[in-house]
Amino acid sequence: MGIQNTLQEGFFTTRLEHVLAWGRKYSLWPMPFGTACCAIEFMGVVSSRFDISRFGAELVRFSPRQADLMLVMGTITYKMAPILKRVWDQMCEPKWCIAMGACASSGGFYDNYSTLQGIDEIIPVDVYIPGCPPRPEQIIHALVKLQEKICGTGQSFPVAPPLVAASGVVKKGNAA
Amino acid sequence: MSQAILEQLRARFGEAIIETHNFRGDETAIVRREQIVPLCQWLKATPGIECNMLIDLCGVDYSERAERFEVVYHLYSTTQKHRVRVKVRLAGEAPQVDSVVAVWPAANWFEREAFDLFGITFVGHPHLKRLLTFDEFEGHPLRKDYPVNRRPKIPTPDPLM
Amino acid sequence: MAMTDALHTHHMHLNMGPSHPTMHGTLRVLLTLDGERIVGAEPEIGYLHRCFEKESEDHTYTQVIPYTDRLNYVSPLLNNVGYCMAVEKLLGITVPPRAQYIRVIISELSRIMDHLVCIATNVVDLGALTNYWYFFNVRELMYVWVEALTGARLTNTYTRIGGVARDLPEGFAKGVRGALLEMRKAVKDVMGLLRKNRIFLDRTRDVGVISREDAIAYGFTGPCLRASGEPYDVRKAHPYLCYDELQFDIPIGEVGDSFDRIMVRIEEIDQSERLIHQALDKIPDGPIINPAGRSALPPKHEVYNSIEGLIRHFELIMFGVKPPVGEVYSYTEAANGELGFYLVSNGTGKPYRLKVRPPCFALFQAYPHLIKGSLIADAIAVLGNLNIVAGELDR
Repeated sequence: MGIQNTLQEGFFTTRLEHVLAWGRKYSLWPMPFGTACCAIEFMGVVSSRFDISRFGAELVRFSPRQADLMLVMGTITYKMAPILKRVWDQMCEPKWCIAMGACASSGGFYDNYSTLQGIDEIIPVDVYIPGCPPRPEQIIHALVKLQEKICGTGQSFPVAPPLVAASGVVKKGNAA
Repeated sequence: MSQAILEQLRARFGEAIIETHNFRGDETAIVRREQIVPLCQWLKATPGIECNMLIDLCGVDYSERAERFEVVYHLYSTTQKHRVRVKVRLAGEAPQVDSVVAVWPAANWFEREAFDLFGITFVGHPHLKRLLTFDEFEGHPLRKDYPVNRRPKIPTPDPLM
Repeated sequence: MAMTDALHTHHMHLNMGPSHPTMHGTLRVLLTLDGERIVGAEPEIGYLHRCFEKESEDHTYTQVIPYTDRLNYVSPLLNNVGYCMAVEKLLGITVPPRAQYIRVIISELSRIMDHLVCIATNVVDLGALTNYWYFFNVRELMYVWVEALTGARLTNTYTRIGGVARDLPEGFAKGVRGALLEMRKAVKDVMGLLRKNRIFLDRTRDVGVISREDAIAYGFTGPCLRASGEPYDVRKAHPYLCYDELQFDIPIGEVGDSFDRIMVRIEEIDQSERLIHQALDKIPDGPIINPAGRSALPPKHEVYNSIEGLIRHFELIMFGVKPPVGEVYSYTEAANGELGFYLVSNGTGKPYRLKVRPPCFALFQAYPHLIKGSLIADAIAVLGNLNIVAGELDR
């Protein structure tokens, strides 16, 4: 309370990590690690109809050194796995990963000698998107979910209370 | 149309043609292993046949037969607009057949693929190594005795990577 | 002479891909360079080898259809059509006229969308981003109708053995014609930006040239072969479906360079549009699936109300269709060239062997031949218009 009295109007106080998280969540630089069909849908997301830039994540970087969000789109085979790991390791902290589509999440309907059964066998994943391939709206939804997660990186950041409708009944799906 | 090719083939190569058949309009000639390269050269060079394009080459594993493997060549002629299928039967665990890369450069990768997936060695191939799987991969996955979901180890990337 | 000896340096090796913006997914090329000049190239593939062929040996004929979507994922409907035609050839059944027309419509729609993506990404690699927005906007418009028809945007699984899954939705013809009109505008806009663009011309003219003889020797098919001057198109040379009832031309190039490959695709978009309009005009009424091959699921009312229908349904789901023993090679004109399926049946409900002949395979094989002696930047410009799709390249 003390510092706010001293600063008076025109200032507000917060924690440093909140400010950083707030900044980061609107300026994600994705590195598209697109291997298969999902990458075609991602091309749809970055193009003008769905326009991922509305969410501050349109600046696609193909160099892992310049990106902080890895989007793994498509089937990862055993041959590809070490490369994915290498590219992930080359990204600087903090970094996040979205596994897009059934193949990247779990291997999809490819259960055979060549396909990795989900990229979480080799790298950590923050958000999984179901679908084969997911619709562009799902990718945007995943991005929003990731932004929420980034906001929550600060240790004592308040968790949003469940949405309560006017009647006082907790809305379905938001109940904790 | 293609029926005529089979007759010409039989007239020219005689004993080397083991069998011919026609199913759903696809003419097929099964030939002796030793004769495949001269036969392909003849098919490519003979006027009126001119199979100048190798459309496809693949292996098949008939694991219950004595001559277990087949190599199937699909040929097409852009001038005569006809197709013919030539097959070679190979026996043994380490089957071998002469390479046709000298006849059609297109055969290069197709033969590498058949080597990779079936373990068929193409004698005289300029650069026979695995194509779709990686060097450390064990076995030949499209053979019938290879289980579909046997998992390999994650390979080590090569130094250039 | 002494000077050049003193300046002599070793060749440099450069690894491009598989994670590289212009490698379109999972391609990898090892280049040997003398300065900026490419003296050798060694493509490495298989980074997206998903074992389509092994998987299909483990599934019934109908279950393989979803896997074919993911071969060339830029134009899945063409793969659906190609695969189902192979099974139909094996079964010896024909497709009802209405289903044939629907197949032609979706094939051509898919071909247009494939060519749009190919050209859009190719010119992005050359530095022209605007065209990409133009083309993807109209692609989305077409997606609306593809989705209304098939229920999915990308992985459609629309055809069935003996026909197609469902009939055209209401307003389909009008909607598709509207989308094609927008597409025409987009192509006009893009051509306005490209056709006389000095940078574009300098980077594509006489770059990545392949002669007609070499293209044939390497097994080229599709737009890349036609750009070299060989008028081979499966739709004309060996008409299938109802292509012989429709009017269209085969555009060909003369030089066989990157420019010709792009222009052939642009012209093919026109021809596909012509085909769609004709097919929409002439499409007959009638059934959309042929029950004769005993491959089609019986209508729902029969399944619910008769024991024969129920057993038939059950049998098909559990064991699939059982074609006679034999082998066929069926081929169609996909967006990149001849898409062939070599299918061996041993009389059971599952394919004994299914080999795909992907058009990209032959194209990418000739890539070192195309770029040898040119600059690194040209390698990228050439790769885009070969339109290599890793899904069908590696399968």
